[in-house]
Amino acid sequence: MPFCRLIPCLDVDAGRVVKGVRFRDLRDMGDPVELAARYSAQGADELVFLDVTATLEARRALLDVVGDIADRIGIPLTVGGALRTLDDAQAFLLAGADKVAINTAAVEHPALITQLAERYGAQAVVVAIDAAGGQVRTHAGTRATGMSAPDWARTAVACGAGELLLTSIDADGTQNGYDLALTESVAAAVDVPVIASGGAGTPAHVAAALEVTQAALVASLVHTREDGVRWLRDELRAQGVTLRDV
Amino acid sequence: MSVAVVDYGAGNVRSLLAALRRIGLEATLTREPRDVDAADHLILPGVGSAASAMRTLRETGVDAALRTRFARGAPVLGICLGMQLAVDGTEEDGGVECLGLVRGRAERLRDRRVPRMGWARVDPGGDAFYFAHSYGVVSPATVATSEGLAAMVRKDAFWGTQFHPEKSGAAGERFLRECLSAA
Repeated sequence: MPFCRLIPCLDVDAGRVVKGVRFRDLRDMGDPVELAARYSAQGADELVFLDVTATLEARRALLDVVGDIADRIGIPLTVGGALRTLDDAQAFLLAGADKVAINTAAVEHPALITQLAERYGAQAVVVAIDAAGGQVRTHAGTRATGMSAPDWARTAVACGAGELLLTSIDADGTQNGYDLALTESVAAAVDVPVIASGGAGTPAHVAAALEVTQAALVASLVHTREDGVRWLRDELRAQGVTLRDV
Repeated sequence: MSVAVVDYGAGNVRSLLAALRRIGLEATLTREPRDVDAADHLILPGVGSAASAMRTLRETGVDAALRTRFARGAPVLGICLGMQLAVDGTEEDGGVECLGLVRGRAERLRDRRVPRMGWARVDPGGDAFYFAHSYGVVSPATVATSEGLAAMVRKDAFWGTQFHPEKSGAAGERFLRECLSAA
């Protein structure tokens, strides 16, 4: 694609946007619907909404939040985190998500990727991969799988994944920059779009990731400023990154 | 003005309904042939895969209603897969015969990364719109392109867009307003 994609990520816990460091020490960042609407208005290219809560009651409330976001934004919305079954995915897609992201469930049941792609099209199926030291981890980063990230990426795509969301646990929330070596290894292994995630601390970090894979997730970097997305877009364009006109 | 959106029973149509609401139109979801025929404007959205979508259209009788509607010159907007369903056939799902309202075929994209996912300029006009597709239409009815691919087709009162106006921000809302007021 001619334009790079800048994708703010909302990690949502108990109805609030939170952000941690290496998947821990979560801090409150605001209301998900308000943040989503603001980012859309400021020129985000897509949004990712990750449910990091575990309880069932909170899950049902999240369907309403996803619907409220879909009503307010005019850009694509990916929803993920704790999606386990075809029915979970269907519920989020009907609530207003354009794509669903599956992670642990995809590793445990790769057939779920295929079933989702057959029913909704590959463009709606994102496989989220969390990696530490180049190895895939599941259950919010707590369990090792013994698979290398590029190997699992190839398998996921063969099963029908239309896009990969690759998060470096080592880099996540550190603001020290994306794990470019990990990103390169996965982007080279597959022929679907790959979104780099984890570690953005400066516009230069984001620009470097966009050189590798043309799509980058950002969180802390835009959550901490009122004009976060607009500011980051301007900074990136000043550094020569090709973004659409808003 | 009444706007009906064809309901395949799978995937996200809420963002389309929300985008229509933002430009002041309250649309109804339907899979009833008589609603498909009677609405002032009809939208065939872009969700699911070609084989399952065509199966739903046939099982509900919406395919015949769409042909009747098209033949009498009533407006239809097909979005993404909805545009690909309007041509003669697609390579998707091992080959699927489509509605044949517009001459052409949908073929697998040959880009470095497929699905082709993200924002791209559409000409004429020059605005950027959001695309998410693995197949592209090759048709003599092409009226706008994006990176050499068909971005829009038009035949009589049928408008098809490969991009998703409902996910294309302000440019998408402008397009929907123009398209639906032309009806």
